[in-house]
Amino acid sequence: MTATAEQTTDPFAGEEVVLDVDGLVKHFPLKQGIVVKRQIGAVQAVDGVSFQLRRGETLGIVGESGCGKSTLAKLLMRLEEPDAGEVRFRGEDFLALDGEELRRMRRKIQIIFQDPYTSLNPRMSVGDIIGEPFTIHKDVVPKKGIRNRVKELLDVVGLNPDHINRYPHQFSGGQRQRIGIARGLALNPDVIICDEPVSALDVSVQAQVMNLLEDLQDEFGLSYIFIAHDLSVVRHISDRIAVMYLGKLAELGTEHEIYGGPAHPYTQALLSAVPVPDPTLRGKREQIVLKGDPPNPANPPSGCRFRTRCWKATDYCAEVAPELTVRPGISQAAACHYAETNEDVAAMD
Amino acid sequence: MTTTPLLEVKDLHVEFRTKSGVAQAINGLNFSLNAGETLAILGESGSGKSVTAQTIMGILDMPPGHIAGGQILYRGEDILTMNETKRRKLRGVNISMIFQDALSALNPVLPVGWQIAEMFRVHRGMKRGPAKKKAIELMQRVGIPGAEGRVGDYPHQFSGGMRQRIMIAIAIALDPDVLIADEPTTALDVTVQAQVMRLLKELQVENNMGLILITHDLGVVADVADKIAVMYAGRVMEAADVYEIYAKPAHPYTKGLLESIPRIDAEGDRLSAIPGLPPSLTDMPSGCPFNPRCPYATDLCVSDRPELLPAAEGHYSACHYREDVYQGTIEPRQEAQA
Repeated sequence: MTATAEQTTDPFAGEEVVLDVDGLVKHFPLKQGIVVKRQIGAVQAVDGVSFQLRRGETLGIVGESGCGKSTLAKLLMRLEEPDAGEVRFRGEDFLALDGEELRRMRRKIQIIFQDPYTSLNPRMSVGDIIGEPFTIHKDVVPKKGIRNRVKELLDVVGLNPDHINRYPHQFSGGQRQRIGIARGLALNPDVIICDEPVSALDVSVQAQVMNLLEDLQDEFGLSYIFIAHDLSVVRHISDRIAVMYLGKLAELGTEHEIYGGPAHPYTQALLSAVPVPDPTLRGKREQIVLKGDPPNPANPPSGCRFRTRCWKATDYCAEVAPELTVRPGISQAAACHYAETNEDVAAMD
Repeated sequence: MTTTPLLEVKDLHVEFRTKSGVAQAINGLNFSLNAGETLAILGESGSGKSVTAQTIMGILDMPPGHIAGGQILYRGEDILTMNETKRRKLRGVNISMIFQDALSALNPVLPVGWQIAEMFRVHRGMKRGPAKKKAIELMQRVGIPGAEGRVGDYPHQFSGGMRQRIMIAIAIALDPDVLIADEPTTALDVTVQAQVMRLLKELQVENNMGLILITHDLGVVADVADKIAVMYAGRVMEAADVYEIYAKPAHPYTKGLLESIPRIDAEGDRLSAIPGLPPSLTDMPSGCPFNPRCPYATDLCVSDRPELLPAAEGHYSACHYREDVYQGTIEPRQEAQA
């Protein structure tokens, strides 16, 4: 983990660590029985995830559906309580807080949801939606100033401040996502967790929202955790990238390391599967097509979780789960016994 | 041009008559498809791409949908004027379709084998036994492991990628000439998407099918399509060979789309977004539907709607300045902004 911080090319090397996540675990119990419920297993949604997020940095988290990305977001928001692990926000133990202290700390970590249609209350006006954080955190803005502050926020995210009395259905998808962003910004957070913020939007609108997120980051010095399944989008916005597979991190490195020389077989397959919008490359890119589907997270394979779909897997992979560490010859951390960079599938010009 | 294309759509108009007004979903659509060819219909939500597919299949909800004009010719015969019995014989046999969301397209209370076998029983009059055998063969052909054991399973017992394979099995059961795939991989993960697209391509080559691929994903299109029709507000804005369109777009909308997508093989600069929003179908702008968002729009674009005309050999564009956009010799207007 510290390896990437030692890299001289890392522009965030000297920045303060805002969020320090260590060994985060969340298992959802599976229960059976109508009257007497017995636990028959657990979905290992997040199973030992560690990373650091620094000021002004964007950490992209990619992975397929069911790999635990969204559970991770919920854990970081404390919308779910982790079973084990530590989350330190600016050195303070975030998981030990409760009551008033927790509420105060929550201001600093905000979230933007995927679906701009269901994450806004249809019966509340835009002014009420964006102003709601201020009614909960009363000492941020005096009551009389709320409306003005909401108008300012609307302006910041590129919406017309005169539309403060409108309702969500009167806005398009992209505009609604801007409302969600304004609500996230309301309490001057340090960290914003973006859970698939552009995947529900049309291509032409997606770029508008991504540009807005980048502008806001520069303006307010925000750190982002950017969760998405679209690898092109993640590459565009992220400084560092974590690849998740079945509740664990498979690879963690800078955008350049991951896309320029992916070392974990899963990352390689993932990158090679992404179609590139350039027909002249057709048939010229090496494509690794994985067999089968991701296994059931309630019953993950022993050892390395990727071994059932991996072409490099050996008996050793079934016995020993590989650690996420930096291996010789590779600059980024990869959780594979046989990690080696593959530039043939690298997504570079 | 002596051979009749497999499928030809001519000046198609479809509207939805709702209480709050008439929504013009398709306004004069033209394209043609030959055997063995892949036509990609590219467009954002509300551009009319799915309505096009539904109209060709004859599964448009009417009302509120209404075909206001035009022709759809299958091997030279207009399928819009056919009687329902004749049309039914085409559907599934000659023209079939794959939907985006396999879970809602498959019947949840019937085993998948039954649903595949139904094609043979209904259209070919086969008995249960042989039809089931055919279903197993098809499941093997679309790459479902352990097909014999899984023929009696229900849709919910399959993963997203496997469900999509079952839909493909149903669609290709009777060796159709035309296969319409409406966002076949949008609901799938990238690694599974690659598997499904590869399968579709293989089947197309094997059967020499005409494939209409409806999608919003510029990456998938670049990978598989032969020609592209870019739709916007119910019209084809640009139509050309796939290599042409990516290299030299002749319509500002296509150009804007290509510039606005982040690419996996390029580091992040600022994206050049297309300002504004697609127009409302009940309230179309006058002239060119793209004019409110177009950086090159002039008074002519507001007053006159451009026709789909050639900008170069085989490259059509519905823009007054298509040749200049194609050559890259057009400058954005000074006051152009959102």
